[in-house]
Amino acid sequence: MTLERPDERGRFGGYGGRFAPETLMPALAELEQAFDEARGDPSFTAELAALQRDYCGRPTPLYEAARLSEALGMTVLLKREDLLHTGAHKINNTIGQGLLARRMGKPRLIAETGAGQHGVATATAAALFGMECAVYMGAVDIERQALNVDRMRLLGAEVIPVTTGAGTLKDAVSAAMRDWVATVERTHYIIGSVVGPHPFPWMVREFQRVIGDETIAQLDGRHVDVVAACVGGGSNAMGMFTAFAGTGPELVGVEAGGHGLETGEHGASLVAGSPGVLHGAMTYLLQDDDGQVREAHSVSAGLDYPGVGPEHAYFRDAGIARYVAVSDREALDGLDLLARTEGIIPALEPAHVIAWLARERESLAGTTVVVTLSGRGDKDVEQVSRMRGSG
Amino acid sequence: MSFAERFAAAAADDRAAFLPYLMAGLPDPAASVDLFAALGEAGADGFEVGLPYADPLMDGPVIQAAGAAALGAGTTLAGGLGVARRVREATGKPCAVMTYVNPILRTGLDAFMGMAADAGVDAVIAADLPVDEAAPFVAAGAARGVGVVLFAAPTTSEERLRAVVDAGPVFVYGVAEMGVTGERAGVSEWAAGMSARVRALTDLPLVFGVGIATPRAAAAAARVADGVIVGTALVRRVLEAPDAAAAADGLREAGAAFAAAMRRS
Ligand SMILES: Cc1ncc(COP(=O)(O)O)c(C=O)c1O
Repeated sequence: MTLERPDERGRFGGYGGRFAPETLMPALAELEQAFDEARGDPSFTAELAALQRDYCGRPTPLYEAARLSEALGMTVLLKREDLLHTGAHKINNTIGQGLLARRMGKPRLIAETGAGQHGVATATAAALFGMECAVYMGAVDIERQALNVDRMRLLGAEVIPVTTGAGTLKDAVSAAMRDWVATVERTHYIIGSVVGPHPFPWMVREFQRVIGDETIAQLDGRHVDVVAACVGGGSNAMGMFTAFAGTGPELVGVEAGGHGLETGEHGASLVAGSPGVLHGAMTYLLQDDDGQVREAHSVSAGLDYPGVGPEHAYFRDAGIARYVAVSDREALDGLDLLARTEGIIPALEPAHVIAWLARERESLAGTTVVVTLSGRGDKDVEQVSRMRGSG
Repeated sequence: MSFAERFAAAAADDRAAFLPYLMAGLPDPAASVDLFAALGEAGADGFEVGLPYADPLMDGPVIQAAGAAALGAGTTLAGGLGVARRVREATGKPCAVMTYVNPILRTGLDAFMGMAADAGVDAVIAADLPVDEAAPFVAAGAARGVGVVLFAAPTTSEERLRAVVDAGPVFVYGVAEMGVTGERAGVSEWAAGMSARVRALTDLPLVFGVGIATPRAAAAAARVADGVIVGTALVRRVLEAPDAAAAADGLREAGAAFAAAMRRS
C-alpha cells in the first residue's frame, strides 16, 4: 500500500519526480546514490543512531496526556518531538543529511526555513559537523520568528533575508535552490521537508520515519484508532504515517486553514489545491488558472507553504490518509488548550492538530488518538501574545 | 523563417545567430513588442520571449524582477503568447517562448502547444524540464508543429547528453555558467569543452545562454556555438530605462554591439 521507495523516476504514483534545471540533475542523481549507499552502511546507521540518542535526545516519550484526554473525551497520546534538541522534529532530518553531506565531502550546508526551526536545526548540524552554513528565510518570517533568527546567528550561520514574492517559505525555498544551482559542487542543500525533487521527499521521509517506528514500539501492541499530524511540507506527518500506513488506524493530516478556506488565504494545498509542479516535484499546490503559484497564508510560518510533499499527494488520492484544514483562530485555541491542560506550550504548527481534536471531539469520543507534537512553542510566544493583545 | 533556417543563414555568413531574451509584457504588452522589434532592427536572428512566472527557479534577481513587473502589469499566459505572435508577425523572425513546467501543465500539454502553435511560436523552453520528463512535451509539441528545447549543463554526463540529443530538441541550450540567469563579468570557462562534447554527438544546433552579458563573452561563445542568447544584460536596460522609447534606444545600441560580436571573422 505504501511505497517502500518511489519508482526509478522518483514517483509516488503520479506524484514527485524531478522537475529541476539540468544543472542540478547530476547532483540529484549523485545524492540519491550516496543516500542509498549510506543507509545500507552499518557505520553510517550506527553513527546516526548514536547521535539521535546522545545528541538529539531520542527516543522521545510517547506521553498519555491525561488532563487533555479528559477535557476532550478521548485518549490522546502525544509523541513528544518537542522535547528534542532544538525543539522540533526537524533535527532528525538535518543530522541525517548533515552526516550524508560530510560523507559526500561537501563543506557547506544551505537550507530554507519558515518558522526558523529547520534553519536552527541545520545551523546546529553545521556547527556539530564543522561546516559552513547559510539559511534563506523570508523577510516576513524573519520578523515573526525573531528568536530563531538570533539562535541561527549564535550557531554561526548566515541568515539571508528573502524579499521576493510574499517573503515567506515558498520564496525561501526558491532562493535556496538558486544558490544550490550555482554552488552545487561544494554545497549540500538540506531541504526541510518531504518536498523538492527526488530523492529529497523519500530521503527526508526515511530520516523522519524514526518518529513512527519508535511510536509503534512504544505502543507495544496497544490499540490506536487515529494517527494525526500537522502538514506543512509534511515531514513530521510522513515520519509518523510511514510506520502506520496499512496497519489499521486512520491517518489524518491537518493543514493550515488560515483565515478560512473560503477566503483563499490558507495553506491547505491537499484540501483545496490542485496538481501541478512546484520546487521540482509534481504535487498538490495552490495556483491560479495560468499556473502561477499562489501565496499561502497561515499564522504558523511552518505551515505557510502553497505546496506539499508528493507522497502526501499520493496518500490523498489513494485514500491512504485523509486531510483536513484548521483555521488560524482554532489553532490559537488549540495552543491554549494544551498549555492549560498539560503545561505544554506547543508550536503553532502542531497546535492545529490539537484544535482538530477539539473540533472533532464528538466523532472522536472514546477513541485513542496518537498525535505528533512536532515542536515546542517558545518561538511563537511573542507572536501569540502580540495577537492576543491586539485581538 | 524557422530557427533551422536562421542558423543555416548565419553559418553561411560565418557568424552565430543572435537570440536576445526579453520579458513579454514589460513594461506593457504593446511596448514589449516594440522592444523586441528594436532588437530585430539591431540584428537579432530570432527571439526568446519570456513568459512571466512568479517562481522562476532558474532566474536571477533581474529576470525575477522583470517577471514580477510584467505580472503586476497584468500579463497573462494568453497575453504573453500574444506578444510572441505580434513579434513573429512584425519581424518575421522565429520565436521561442521561455517558461516553466507548471503553466504548461496547468493549461494542459496539448492545449498549451495548440496556443503556442496558433501564436506562431517555433519552440518552447521550460527551464525546469529535464530530458527525463520531456517525452510527452516533445510529442505534444510535434503534433502541433512546435519544437521543444532541451538543456545541457557543464555537469551533464555523456549518457544524459546522448538522451538530450535522442529526444529531438529544436536546439540544445548549453548552460554557459553554473548558476541562474544573470550577468557574469568574464567569458564562460565551460563553453568550448561543452561544445566539443555536443558536436561529437550530433549535428543539432547548439546555443549558449545564461550569464553571457558582454559582447566579449558573446563573441567567445559565438566561436563555438550556432547561436547565443543574451538575456539579463538586455532586460536590465528595460528595467532601468525611464520610458519605453529610451528602453528601445538602449536596446538598439546594445543589440547592435552583441550582433556584431556574433561574427567569427
Ligand atoms: C514544529 C513544526 N511542526 C511542523 C512544521 C511543518 O513542517 P512539516 O510539515 O514538514 O513537518 C514545522 C516547520 O517549520 C515546525 O517547525
